[in-house]
Amino acid sequence: MSKDDQILEEFASKEYEHGWNVDIEADSAPPGLNEDIVRFISAKKEEPEWLLEWRLKAYRNWRKMVEPEWANIHYPKPKFEDIIYYSAPKQKKKIESLDDVDPELLKTFERLGISLTEQKRLTGVAVDAVMDSVSVGTTFKKQLAEQGIIFCSFSEAVKEHPELVKKYIGSVVPSNDNFYAALNSAVFSDGSFCYIPKGVRCPVELSTYFRINAANTGQFERTLIVAEEDSYVSYLEGCTAPQRDENQLHAAVVEIYAAKSAEVKYSTVQNWFPGDKNGKGGIYNFVTKRGICAGDYAKISWTQVETGSAVTWKYPSCILKGDHSQGEFYSVAVTNNYQQADTGTKMIHLGKNTKSRIVSKGVSGGKSQNSYRGLVEIHPRAENSRNFSQCDSLLMGDQCGAHTFPYIEVKNKSSQVEHEATTSKIGEDQIFYCTQRGIDEESAVALIVNGYCKEVLNKLPMEFAVEAQKLLALTLEGSVG
Amino acid sequence: MLSIKNLHASIEGKEILKGINLEVKPGEVHAIMGPNGSGKSTLASVLAGREDYEVDKGEITFKGKDLLDLGADERAKEGVFLAFQYPIEIPGVTTTNFMKTALNKIREHRGLEPLDAVSFLTLMKEKMKLVEIDQSLLSRSLNEGFSGGEKKRNEIFQMAMLEPELSILDETDSGLDIDALRIVSNGVNKLKTPDNATIVVTHYQRLLDYIVPDYVHVLFEGKIVKTGGKELAKELEAKGYDWIKEEAGVAS
Ligand SMILES: Nc1ncnc2c1ncn2[C@@H]1O[C@H](COP(=O)(O)OP(=O)(O)OP(=O)(O)O)[C@@H](O)[C@H]1O
Ligand SMILES: [Mg+2]
Repeated sequence: MSKDDQILEEFASKEYEHGWNVDIEADSAPPGLNEDIVRFISAKKEEPEWLLEWRLKAYRNWRKMVEPEWANIHYPKPKFEDIIYYSAPKQKKKIESLDDVDPELLKTFERLGISLTEQKRLTGVAVDAVMDSVSVGTTFKKQLAEQGIIFCSFSEAVKEHPELVKKYIGSVVPSNDNFYAALNSAVFSDGSFCYIPKGVRCPVELSTYFRINAANTGQFERTLIVAEEDSYVSYLEGCTAPQRDENQLHAAVVEIYAAKSAEVKYSTVQNWFPGDKNGKGGIYNFVTKRGICAGDYAKISWTQVETGSAVTWKYPSCILKGDHSQGEFYSVAVTNNYQQADTGTKMIHLGKNTKSRIVSKGVSGGKSQNSYRGLVEIHPRAENSRNFSQCDSLLMGDQCGAHTFPYIEVKNKSSQVEHEATTSKIGEDQIFYCTQRGIDEESAVALIVNGYCKEVLNKLPMEFAVEAQKLLALTLEGSVG
Repeated sequence: MLSIKNLHASIEGKEILKGINLEVKPGEVHAIMGPNGSGKSTLASVLAGREDYEVDKGEITFKGKDLLDLGADERAKEGVFLAFQYPIEIPGVTTTNFMKTALNKIREHRGLEPLDAVSFLTLMKEKMKLVEIDQSLLSRSLNEGFSGGEKKRNEIFQMAMLEPELSILDETDSGLDIDALRIVSNGVNKLKTPDNATIVVTHYQRLLDYIVPDYVHVLFEGKIVKTGGKELAKELEAKGYDWIKEEAGVAS
């Protein structure tokens, strides 16, 4: 241990020594973070000893880490001592009918084409028995259980399937991987767990929508997906409806484990509150997502549509360990007003004949900043590996910024890496061509942008894709001129 | 239907149109000819509402409405259509999708329900026949990688879909092979009704053999310097523009 580390270690444990005790009966922890708080969270969730130890180790590591500065984002650093790291899941206030919901929000729902039932669910309106999402969820769960598929909240998995959680947690994103991942590991609130047994093709798209109690996973969400040999699953996270949260900092972790010949598709639509037109408020979204193709011929595919959050820091990555394994990253990141996004992927080629494909479409409007950051690393053993990257940026107006930071490291001679990048401005002549046909300017922009992002949107499951298209249009309102 | 009075328009401070007067009535076909750079496309763009152009003087009324008050999309909804001299590429957007969006916007303006998928496809099939355009072309990204002729044919297909009251065809004939010219012209003729009007901008008499104009105007240095019947086009074809330039020179 280096001297610096020693000092930090001492400091960390001293902090603990002088820490105060937290009342286990309390509904929420006092603000700030120390080992007692970690113990409190773990005790509240009635976790086994090993998990508490795992959290504590993560916490101690986190103490020694500093917030990363390398990303192309600027924001006032969160005050970690002011954050409340645990509060009991609140019952959402029941609302009698949609008439009581903010009309602005309803308008947005309507324009996104979100069904009435879904609108009620999202706003917390009590739904009638037939359409109760809980009952839908239950039948759905039964169907999955028959095939041995496990799909439940993370907390439930810790209780029901501790051996699986223990085996895989932190196996893809170690608890000391980075500042935010370490923080998440120490204090994660809840999230999803998904297990597909050997040879099973999950018959439906798994979406958090169907998961019971998915609503209040809190700001430190954790997801773990394990796909055994020859299995397949398509997983959907998030929704197009605007999500608001009183917690400004969100630091999630997603881990995917794909065994031999398994395939996992992970699709995200992220639409957290981006802040207002003047850049006030908005969510900080600092996410670590990583998958490992552990076995030969495994495949992991990330598709993301990022439109929300004030600040996004997110690099869904693939470790291609198995020979012939494949990784894909399809991304649309849209920023408007004062939003900042620094997003991209890492493709780490370890196995022979591994393949990766990156398609990134950045769209920036207003005064926003949009960066693509990617790493393609081909190790000496990863002979005959291939990567293709396409990174396109589209600018609306002249006050926004688009940046690309592609890093390429190829350590053998038989591999091939191709990188293409373009930056373009949305053309006035394109807009005029549309308006001349009767399409108003806002719709013209939406049409052109959707066309531009088509390759990525096509990767989304059908219903999701339709909603995502509307979402892009909505996000870009007022972005030109 | 369309009335242009003393229209002056400029771009980036440079005056291009210098007092245009033109009256177009329903059912009429007007041809506009004139040397390169005389302002034909500028006139078409100003009519269609392109924002880069500044209208400095004059007025344009269309169906009794002040056209200059309307944005480009509103003009299109009112029935103004421009077949572009250089159609624009829009990657990732198919002609089909483009037309569906446009048509439904125009229908919405007219208080009509959006067309459902089946009726839309039926309509599309019908209009495709009119200009003998292939389905496969319509499923590709709009104008992207289209040949010159395909782009022009696609413009007329769009015109057929939107059924405008005033169509402005800016050199639609250039780039078309001999057969395509006949097919596209026939398409335009079939779309003619007593209620709609067409302005064709062209350099060649040949097109006017198919689309027979009621009037031929010669635009020179931003002004209409001569107007005649269809025989004027023949005369121009034979003699070129010099004599017109001279006449104009004498006149001014
Ligand atoms: N953006 C611009 N800036 C400066 N001058 C312009 C601009 N756009 C057009 N012009 C000029 O306006 C004049 C008229 O152009 P226009 O395109 O209307 O001609 P045209 O009659 O359609 O010619 P052609 O037969 O070659 O199509 C030309 O001299 C052209 O260079
Ligand atoms: Mg021209």
